[in-house]
Amino acid sequence: MASNSGQRLDRREVAKVLLHDRGDLLVVAGLGAPAWDATHVGDHPLNFPLWGGMGGATAIGLGLAIAQPMRPVLVLTGDGEMLMGMGSLATVGIDQPANLSIVVLDNEHYGETGMQESHTARGVDLAAAALASGLKSGVMVTQMEQVIALRKAMHAMQGTVFAQIKVAADKLPLALPPRDGPYLKNRFREALLGSQAYFQK
Amino acid sequence: MSAHWSEGIYQLFKQQSIRQVSLVPDAGHSRLIKLCEADAALRMVRLTTEEEGIALAVGAWLGGDKSVLLMQSSGVGNCINMLSMLQVCQIPLAMLVTMRGDWGEFNPWQVPMGRAAKTVLEEMDVLVTSAQHEDEVVPAAEGALRIAYNTYRPAAVLIGQRVLGAKTFTD
Repeated sequence: MASNSGQRLDRREVAKVLLHDRGDLLVVAGLGAPAWDATHVGDHPLNFPLWGGMGGATAIGLGLAIAQPMRPVLVLTGDGEMLMGMGSLATVGIDQPANLSIVVLDNEHYGETGMQESHTARGVDLAAAALASGLKSGVMVTQMEQVIALRKAMHAMQGTVFAQIKVAADKLPLALPPRDGPYLKNRFREALLGSQAYFQK
Repeated sequence: MSAHWSEGIYQLFKQQSIRQVSLVPDAGHSRLIKLCEADAALRMVRLTTEEEGIALAVGAWLGGDKSVLLMQSSGVGNCINMLSMLQVCQIPLAMLVTMRGDWGEFNPWQVPMGRAAKTVLEEMDVLVTSAQHEDEVVPAAEGALRIAYNTYRPAAVLIGQRVLGAKTFTD
Protein backbone atom coordinates (compact mmCIF):
# COMPACT_ATOMS: atom_id res chain seq x y z
CA MET A 1 0.00 0.00 0.00
CA ALA A 2 1.27 3.45 -0.91
CA SER A 3 1.04 4.77 2.63
CA ASN A 4 3.76 2.31 3.67
CA SER A 5 6.27 3.39 1.03
CA GLY A 6 9.48 4.90 2.34
CA GLN A 7 10.19 7.66 -0.18
CA ARG A 8 7.58 10.40 -0.21
CA LEU A 9 7.29 13.30 -2.62
CA ASP A 10 8.19 16.79 -1.45
CA ARG A 11 4.96 18.82 -1.32
CA ARG A 12 6.66 22.04 -2.39
CA GLU A 13 8.13 20.31 -5.44
CA VAL A 14 4.71 18.87 -6.25
CA ALA A 15 3.12 22.33 -5.99
CA LYS A 16 5.82 23.80 -8.20
CA VAL A 17 5.22 21.19 -10.91
CA LEU A 18 1.43 21.51 -10.72
CA LEU A 19 1.50 25.31 -10.90
CA HIS A 20 4.25 25.55 -13.50
CA ASP A 21 3.31 27.61 -16.57
CA ARG A 22 -0.16 27.92 -15.11
CA GLY A 23 -1.82 29.79 -17.96
CA ASP A 24 -5.52 30.32 -17.25
CA LEU A 25 -5.52 28.21 -14.10
CA LEU A 26 -7.71 29.30 -11.16
CA VAL A 27 -6.55 27.93 -7.82
CA VAL A 28 -8.40 27.36 -4.56
CA ALA A 29 -5.89 26.35 -1.88
CA GLY A 30 -7.13 24.59 1.26
CA LEU A 31 -6.24 26.03 4.62
CA GLY A 32 -2.87 25.30 6.15
CA ALA A 33 0.02 23.74 4.29
CA PRO A 34 -1.60 23.60 0.80
CA ALA A 35 -2.15 27.38 0.99
CA TRP A 36 1.48 27.84 2.02
CA ASP A 37 2.60 25.50 -0.79
CA ALA A 38 0.71 27.47 -3.43
CA THR A 39 2.09 30.71 -2.03
CA HIS A 40 5.61 29.29 -1.95
CA VAL A 41 5.39 28.85 -5.72
CA GLY A 42 4.36 32.49 -5.91
CA ASP A 43 1.52 34.62 -4.63
CA HIS A 44 -0.92 35.14 -7.48
CA PRO A 45 -4.19 37.08 -7.86
CA LEU A 46 -5.87 33.97 -9.23
CA ASN A 47 -5.05 31.99 -6.09
CA PHE A 48 -7.75 31.94 -3.45
CA PRO A 49 -5.93 30.69 -0.36
CA LEU A 50 -8.21 29.73 2.49
CA TRP A 51 -7.60 30.65 6.11
CA GLY A 52 -10.76 28.93 7.32
CA GLY A 53 -13.84 27.19 5.99
CA MET A 54 -12.28 23.78 6.58
CA GLY A 55 -14.03 21.14 4.49
CA GLY A 56 -15.21 23.69 1.95
CA ALA A 57 -12.37 23.81 -0.59
CA THR A 58 -13.90 21.28 -2.97
CA ALA A 59 -17.31 22.96 -2.96
CA ILE A 60 -15.67 26.34 -3.58
CA GLY A 61 -13.88 24.78 -6.55
CA LEU A 62 -17.17 23.37 -7.82
CA GLY A 63 -18.93 26.75 -7.67
CA LEU A 64 -15.99 28.36 -9.43
CA ALA A 65 -15.75 25.64 -12.09
CA ILE A 66 -19.46 25.98 -12.87
CA ALA A 67 -19.15 29.77 -13.11
CA GLN A 68 -16.04 29.60 -15.34
CA PRO A 69 -16.40 26.55 -17.59
CA MET A 70 -13.65 27.68 -19.98
CA ARG A 71 -10.97 27.97 -17.29
CA PRO A 72 -9.22 25.09 -15.55
CA VAL A 73 -9.88 25.13 -11.81
CA LEU A 74 -7.58 23.43 -9.31
CA VAL A 75 -8.52 22.69 -5.72
CA LEU A 76 -5.22 22.06 -3.98
CA THR A 77 -5.92 20.82 -0.49
CA GLY A 78 -4.80 18.56 2.32
CA ASP A 79 -5.95 15.21 3.65
CA GLY A 80 -7.52 16.66 6.80
CA GLU A 81 -9.41 19.29 4.83
CA MET A 82 -10.65 16.71 2.32
CA LEU A 83 -11.70 14.31 5.07
CA MET A 84 -13.87 17.05 6.57
CA GLY A 85 -15.60 17.61 3.23
CA MET A 86 -15.97 14.08 1.91
CA GLY A 87 -19.64 14.65 1.22
CA SER A 88 -18.60 17.23 -1.34
CA LEU A 89 -17.03 14.42 -3.38
CA ALA A 90 -20.53 13.04 -3.84
CA THR A 91 -21.75 16.53 -4.77
CA VAL A 92 -19.00 16.78 -7.38
CA GLY A 93 -19.66 13.17 -8.41
CA ILE A 94 -23.13 13.95 -9.74
CA ASP A 95 -21.97 17.12 -11.49
CA GLN A 96 -18.39 16.58 -12.69
CA PRO A 97 -17.50 19.78 -14.47
CA ALA A 98 -14.88 18.95 -17.09
CA ASN A 99 -12.64 21.81 -15.91
CA LEU A 100 -12.35 20.86 -12.21
CA SER A 101 -9.34 19.13 -10.65
CA ILE A 102 -9.10 18.19 -6.99
CA VAL A 103 -5.61 17.39 -5.77
CA VAL A 104 -5.04 16.29 -2.20
CA LEU A 105 -1.53 16.68 -0.83
CA ASP A 106 -1.71 13.80 1.59
CA ASN A 107 0.93 13.89 4.33
CA GLU A 108 -1.31 11.71 6.54
CA HIS A 109 -1.14 14.29 9.32
CA TYR A 110 -2.82 17.40 10.68
CA GLY A 111 0.17 19.67 10.15
CA GLU A 112 -1.12 22.89 11.70
CA THR A 113 -2.17 21.36 14.99
CA GLY A 114 0.90 19.38 16.01
CA MET A 115 1.26 16.71 13.35
CA GLN A 116 -1.33 14.29 14.67
CA GLU A 117 -2.06 11.37 12.37
CA SER A 118 -5.03 11.71 10.07
CA HIS A 119 -7.32 8.93 8.89
CA THR A 120 -5.27 8.45 5.72
CA ALA A 121 -2.35 7.29 7.88
CA ARG A 122 -4.60 4.45 8.98
CA GLY A 123 -5.67 3.32 5.56
CA VAL A 124 -8.48 5.65 4.47
CA ASP A 125 -8.17 5.87 0.70
CA LEU A 126 -9.44 9.20 -0.62
CA ALA A 127 -8.83 8.28 -4.27
CA ALA A 128 -11.04 5.23 -3.82
CA ALA A 129 -13.62 7.42 -2.08
CA ALA A 130 -13.60 9.74 -5.10
CA LEU A 131 -14.17 6.81 -7.45
CA ALA A 132 -16.91 5.45 -5.21
CA SER A 133 -18.51 8.90 -5.29
CA GLY A 134 -18.90 8.61 -9.04
CA LEU A 135 -15.86 10.57 -10.19
CA LYS A 136 -14.35 8.99 -13.27
CA SER A 137 -10.88 9.84 -12.05
CA GLY A 138 -9.33 8.91 -8.72
CA VAL A 139 -5.63 8.22 -8.69
CA MET A 140 -3.12 7.59 -5.95
CA VAL A 141 0.10 9.40 -6.87
CA THR A 142 3.49 8.48 -5.50
CA GLN A 143 5.84 9.41 -8.37
CA MET A 144 6.78 12.79 -9.86
CA GLU A 145 6.07 11.52 -13.40
CA GLN A 146 2.45 11.06 -12.32
CA VAL A 147 2.38 14.66 -11.07
CA ILE A 148 3.55 15.86 -14.48
CA ALA A 149 0.77 13.83 -16.12
CA LEU A 150 -1.68 15.25 -13.62
CA ARG A 151 -0.76 18.82 -14.53
CA LYS A 152 -1.43 17.97 -18.17
CA ALA A 153 -4.81 16.40 -17.37
CA MET A 154 -5.74 19.45 -15.33
CA HIS A 155 -5.18 21.78 -18.27
CA ALA A 156 -6.82 19.40 -20.77
CA MET A 157 -10.24 19.93 -19.10
CA GLN A 158 -11.50 16.55 -20.29
CA GLY A 159 -13.32 15.68 -17.08
CA THR A 160 -13.09 16.11 -13.33
CA VAL A 161 -9.73 14.95 -12.06
CA PHE A 162 -9.11 13.65 -8.55
CA ALA A 163 -5.67 12.75 -7.24
CA GLN A 164 -4.35 11.89 -3.81
CA ILE A 165 -0.63 12.59 -3.75
CA LYS A 166 1.38 10.98 -0.98
CA VAL A 167 3.81 13.61 0.32
CA ALA A 168 6.34 13.67 3.15
CA ALA A 169 5.12 14.92 6.52
CA ASP A 170 7.78 17.60 6.75
CA LYS A 171 7.34 20.76 8.74
CA LEU A 172 8.39 23.38 6.18
CA PRO A 173 8.99 27.12 6.53
CA LEU A 174 5.73 29.06 6.32
CA ALA A 175 4.93 30.91 3.11
CA LEU A 176 1.93 32.94 4.12
CA PRO A 177 -0.45 34.49 1.58
CA PRO A 178 -2.38 37.68 2.35
CA ARG A 179 -5.17 36.99 4.81
CA ASP A 180 -7.44 39.97 4.22
CA GLY A 181 -10.62 38.37 2.88
CA PRO A 182 -12.00 41.27 0.81
CA TYR A 183 -8.55 41.80 -0.73
CA LEU A 184 -8.22 38.14 -1.73
CA LYS A 185 -11.73 38.12 -3.13
CA ASN A 186 -11.46 41.43 -4.98
CA ARG A 187 -8.09 40.82 -6.57
CA PHE A 188 -9.27 37.38 -7.72
CA ARG A 189 -12.50 38.73 -9.23
CA GLU A 190 -10.76 41.69 -10.82
CA ALA A 191 -8.05 39.50 -12.37
CA LEU A 192 -10.75 37.19 -13.71
CA LEU A 193 -13.62 39.54 -14.59
CA GLY A 194 -11.85 42.88 -15.04
CA SER A 195 -13.28 46.11 -13.64
CA GLN A 196 -16.75 44.66 -14.29
CA ALA A 197 -16.13 42.75 -11.04
CA TYR A 198 -17.10 45.90 -9.16
CA PHE A 199 -20.20 46.67 -11.18
CA GLN A 200 -21.87 43.27 -11.28
CA LYS A 201 -25.65 43.64 -11.13
CA MET B 1 -56.19 32.90 -5.38
CA SER B 2 -52.93 34.50 -6.41
CA ALA B 3 -50.02 32.46 -7.77
CA HIS B 4 -48.05 30.32 -5.34
CA TRP B 5 -45.12 32.13 -3.69
CA SER B 6 -42.72 29.70 -5.38
CA GLU B 7 -43.60 31.29 -8.73
CA GLY B 8 -42.78 34.73 -7.36
CA ILE B 9 -39.43 33.58 -6.00
CA TYR B 10 -38.56 31.87 -9.27
CA GLN B 11 -39.31 35.16 -11.08
CA LEU B 12 -37.02 36.96 -8.63
CA PHE B 13 -34.22 34.53 -9.43
CA LYS B 14 -34.61 35.41 -13.10
CA GLN B 15 -34.76 39.17 -12.47
CA GLN B 16 -31.68 38.99 -10.26
CA SER B 17 -29.72 36.86 -12.78
CA ILE B 18 -29.20 34.01 -10.33
CA ARG B 19 -27.15 31.28 -12.00
CA GLN B 20 -26.46 28.62 -9.37
CA VAL B 21 -29.16 27.19 -7.10
CA SER B 22 -27.85 24.83 -4.44
CA LEU B 23 -30.02 22.80 -2.15
CA VAL B 24 -30.67 20.06 0.29
CA PRO B 25 -34.30 19.23 -0.45
CA ASP B 26 -37.16 20.18 1.81
CA ALA B 27 -40.86 19.55 1.25
CA GLY B 28 -41.51 23.27 1.64
CA HIS B 29 -39.24 24.02 -1.31
CA SER B 30 -40.45 21.22 -3.58
CA ARG B 31 -42.46 23.48 -5.87
CA LEU B 32 -39.65 26.00 -6.23
CA ILE B 33 -37.17 23.19 -6.88
CA LYS B 34 -39.36 21.88 -9.73
CA LEU B 35 -39.57 25.34 -11.28
CA CYS B 36 -35.80 25.76 -11.11
CA GLU B 37 -35.14 22.28 -12.46
CA ALA B 38 -37.25 23.05 -15.51
CA ASP B 39 -35.04 26.06 -16.33
CA ALA B 40 -31.86 25.12 -18.20
CA ALA B 41 -30.34 28.54 -17.45
CA LEU B 42 -30.25 27.72 -13.73
CA ARG B 43 -27.54 25.33 -12.63
CA MET B 44 -28.88 23.13 -9.83
CA VAL B 45 -26.30 21.81 -7.38
CA ARG B 46 -27.52 19.04 -5.10
CA LEU B 47 -25.60 19.08 -1.84
CA THR B 48 -24.99 16.38 0.73
CA THR B 49 -24.99 18.96 3.53
CA GLU B 50 -25.95 22.61 3.60
CA GLU B 51 -22.49 23.94 4.44
CA GLU B 52 -21.37 22.88 0.98
CA GLY B 53 -23.83 25.45 -0.35
CA ILE B 54 -22.08 28.22 1.56
CA ALA B 55 -18.72 27.16 0.13
CA LEU B 56 -20.23 26.79 -3.34
CA ALA B 57 -21.49 30.39 -3.10
CA VAL B 58 -17.93 31.56 -2.41
CA GLY B 59 -16.63 29.85 -5.54
CA ALA B 60 -19.60 30.99 -7.59
CA TRP B 61 -19.06 34.62 -6.61
CA LEU B 62 -15.31 34.42 -7.26
CA GLY B 63 -16.24 33.27 -10.74
CA GLY B 64 -18.89 35.94 -11.28
CA ASP B 65 -22.03 33.86 -10.61
CA LYS B 66 -24.78 34.73 -8.18
CA SER B 67 -26.10 31.78 -6.24
CA VAL B 68 -28.90 31.05 -3.80
CA LEU B 69 -29.14 28.29 -1.20
CA LEU B 70 -32.38 26.47 -0.41
CA MET B 71 -32.59 24.51 2.82
CA GLN B 72 -34.59 23.54 5.85
CA SER B 73 -34.01 25.18 9.24
CA SER B 74 -32.21 22.10 10.59
CA GLY B 75 -29.55 22.75 7.94
CA VAL B 76 -28.75 26.16 9.39
CA GLY B 77 -26.82 24.46 12.17
CA ASN B 78 -24.68 22.65 9.62
CA CYS B 79 -23.58 25.96 8.10
CA ILE B 80 -22.22 27.83 11.11
CA ASN B 81 -18.46 27.66 10.61
CA MET B 82 -18.69 27.95 6.84
CA LEU B 83 -20.65 31.20 7.22
CA SER B 84 -17.49 32.84 8.54
CA MET B 85 -16.16 32.92 4.98
CA LEU B 86 -19.07 35.05 3.80
CA GLN B 87 -18.57 37.44 6.67
CA VAL B 88 -14.80 37.70 6.43
CA CYS B 89 -14.66 38.01 2.63
CA GLN B 90 -17.88 40.04 2.20
CA ILE B 91 -19.46 37.55 -0.16
CA PRO B 92 -23.14 37.81 -1.07
CA LEU B 93 -25.58 34.93 -0.69
CA ALA B 94 -29.35 34.73 -0.36
CA MET B 95 -30.60 31.77 1.66
CA LEU B 96 -34.21 30.64 1.65
CA VAL B 97 -34.91 28.58 4.73
CA THR B 98 -38.11 26.63 5.19
CA MET B 99 -38.87 26.27 8.88
CA ARG B 100 -39.35 23.21 10.99
CA GLY B 101 -39.85 23.30 14.70
CA ASP B 102 -42.17 26.27 14.80
CA TRP B 103 -45.94 26.60 14.25
CA GLY B 104 -47.73 23.27 14.69
CA GLU B 105 -44.61 21.09 14.74
CA PHE B 106 -45.21 17.38 15.33
CA ASN B 107 -41.61 16.17 15.74
CA PRO B 108 -39.91 17.22 18.99
CA TRP B 109 -36.47 16.58 17.48
CA GLN B 110 -37.00 19.45 15.03
CA VAL B 111 -37.72 22.05 17.68
CA PRO B 112 -34.25 22.93 19.07
CA MET B 113 -32.67 23.85 15.72
CA GLY B 114 -35.87 25.47 14.50
CA ARG B 115 -35.89 27.73 17.55
CA ALA B 116 -32.18 28.49 17.25
CA ALA B 117 -32.05 29.09 13.49
CA LYS B 118 -32.64 32.85 13.55
CA THR B 119 -30.25 33.49 16.45
CA VAL B 120 -27.52 31.34 14.93
CA LEU B 121 -27.75 33.11 11.58
CA GLU B 122 -27.73 36.55 13.18
CA GLU B 123 -24.76 35.65 15.36
CA MET B 124 -22.92 34.79 12.12
CA ASP B 125 -23.79 38.22 10.69
CA VAL B 126 -26.54 37.03 8.34
CA LEU B 127 -29.45 39.45 7.87
CA VAL B 128 -32.64 37.56 8.70
CA THR B 129 -36.25 38.23 7.72
CA SER B 130 -39.14 35.98 8.67
CA ALA B 131 -42.26 35.39 6.61
CA GLN B 132 -45.23 34.12 8.59
CA HIS B 133 -47.89 34.70 5.94
CA GLU B 134 -47.98 33.65 2.31
CA ASP B 135 -48.17 37.28 1.15
CA GLU B 136 -44.93 38.08 2.96
CA VAL B 137 -42.74 35.45 1.31
CA VAL B 138 -42.01 37.05 -2.05
CA PRO B 139 -41.42 40.58 -0.69
CA ALA B 140 -39.13 39.14 1.98
CA ALA B 141 -37.20 37.16 -0.63
CA GLU B 142 -36.95 40.22 -2.87
CA GLY B 143 -35.53 42.25 -0.01
CA ALA B 144 -33.05 39.52 0.89
CA LEU B 145 -31.83 39.05 -2.67
CA ARG B 146 -31.40 42.76 -3.18
CA ILE B 147 -29.61 43.50 0.05
CA ALA B 148 -27.38 40.42 -0.33
CA TYR B 149 -26.13 41.25 -3.81
CA ASN B 150 -26.22 45.04 -3.45
CA THR B 151 -24.29 45.10 -0.19
CA TYR B 152 -22.11 41.97 -0.46
CA ARG B 153 -23.34 40.04 2.53
CA PRO B 154 -25.45 37.01 3.37
CA ALA B 155 -29.19 37.39 3.92
CA ALA B 156 -31.75 34.76 4.84
CA VAL B 157 -35.51 34.47 4.70
CA LEU B 158 -37.12 32.09 7.18
CA ILE B 159 -40.39 30.80 5.74
CA GLY B 160 -42.59 29.75 8.66
CA GLN B 161 -44.61 26.57 8.97
CA ARG B 162 -47.77 28.68 9.06
CA VAL B 163 -47.05 29.39 5.40
CA LEU B 164 -45.90 25.89 4.51
CA GLY B 165 -48.28 23.84 6.65
CA ALA B 166 -46.85 21.71 9.42
CA LYS B 167 -45.83 18.20 8.49
CA THR B 168 -48.46 15.87 9.95
CA PHE B 169 -46.88 12.40 9.70
CA THR B 170 -50.14 10.92 8.47
CA ASP B 171 -50.45 9.00 5.20
